[in-house]
Amino acid sequence: MKIAITSTGNNLESKLDQRFGRCSYFVIYDTDNEGLEFIPNPNKDVSEGAGPAAVQIVASRNVRKIISGEFGMKIKSLLDSLQIQLIMLKDTDKSVSEIIQMLKN
Amino acid sequence: MSRQFRLRRISNPPAITGFKPYGNNINGNKSSVIFLHLEEYEALRLCDFEMLDHWHASQMMGVSRPTLTRIYSKARKKIAEAFVLGKQIIIEGGKIYFDSDWFSCKDCFCFFNNPSKQQEIKECPLCGSINFLNYQQAFQEPEESLTRCNDVCVCPTCGFETPLKFGCPCKDEICSHCGNHLIRKGIPY
Repeated sequence: MKIAITSTGNNLESKLDQRFGRCSYFVIYDTDNEGLEFIPNPNKDVSEGAGPAAVQIVASRNVRKIISGEFGMKIKSLLDSLQIQLIMLKDTDKSVSEIIQMLKN
Repeated sequence: MSRQFRLRRISNPPAITGFKPYGNNINGNKSSVIFLHLEEYEALRLCDFEMLDHWHASQMMGVSRPTLTRIYSKARKKIAEAFVLGKQIIIEGGKIYFDSDWFSCKDCFCFFNNPSKQQEIKECPLCGSINFLNYQQAFQEPEESLTRCNDVCVCPTCGFETPLKFGCPCKDEICSHCGNHLIRKGIPY
């Protein structure tokens, strides 16, 4: 199963990005083979529609769960129809590697 | 008979269940609690935190624009009253539904939803803890541990005893035999 995590940088020590649509990087973590993929977000600085575009990016990689700080209002209904689970971690300074460690346990 | 209220849609459950005042001049004698309904919390969140205008907020909550404005002004009035009179705010109740099933984990403090309604959630998807809370159940029927209370109110003069009603402090109850105010049993006054 693949899980998307929003990240502020392109390494494992970077922190979880609190925004979903305008995060710096998406980390796609595969629980089956523990593979990692960093995808830079092309919609980081757009003024509108960053959320749905980000959903397209992660949905094209068959992600089943998304971990982020906050999700915008356009996204929730979209992800519900795609059967993708949202996980919100508010006000945290956990790094990507710490979150992956939590997922393994 | 009037038409029934349209259910208000809530998209974000509140992170906390209330606020408590502090300071010396708290009006502690009367039952000083204000119940802020979830729909009022949501209206306040949409209008003042997400900075939406009333029309967009009303679309988010699935009600008409005048209704949203009424809910919003009620929320403002309640919060102002709590601030001015130093009352406690408890966020609960209201005619609402959640746009999807929301859960919160008590161990890693994350929020998550359940996109496939057929499957039941058995553990937190992040840390695997089984210590999580379903918001829908938590807000629509209060937790059993909260409503069940084995304490007894007793009359200090004649010893009349009655079980404590949840949410009604003993000092507000009056003894049916001698008319005195009751006190909580086992707590010295």
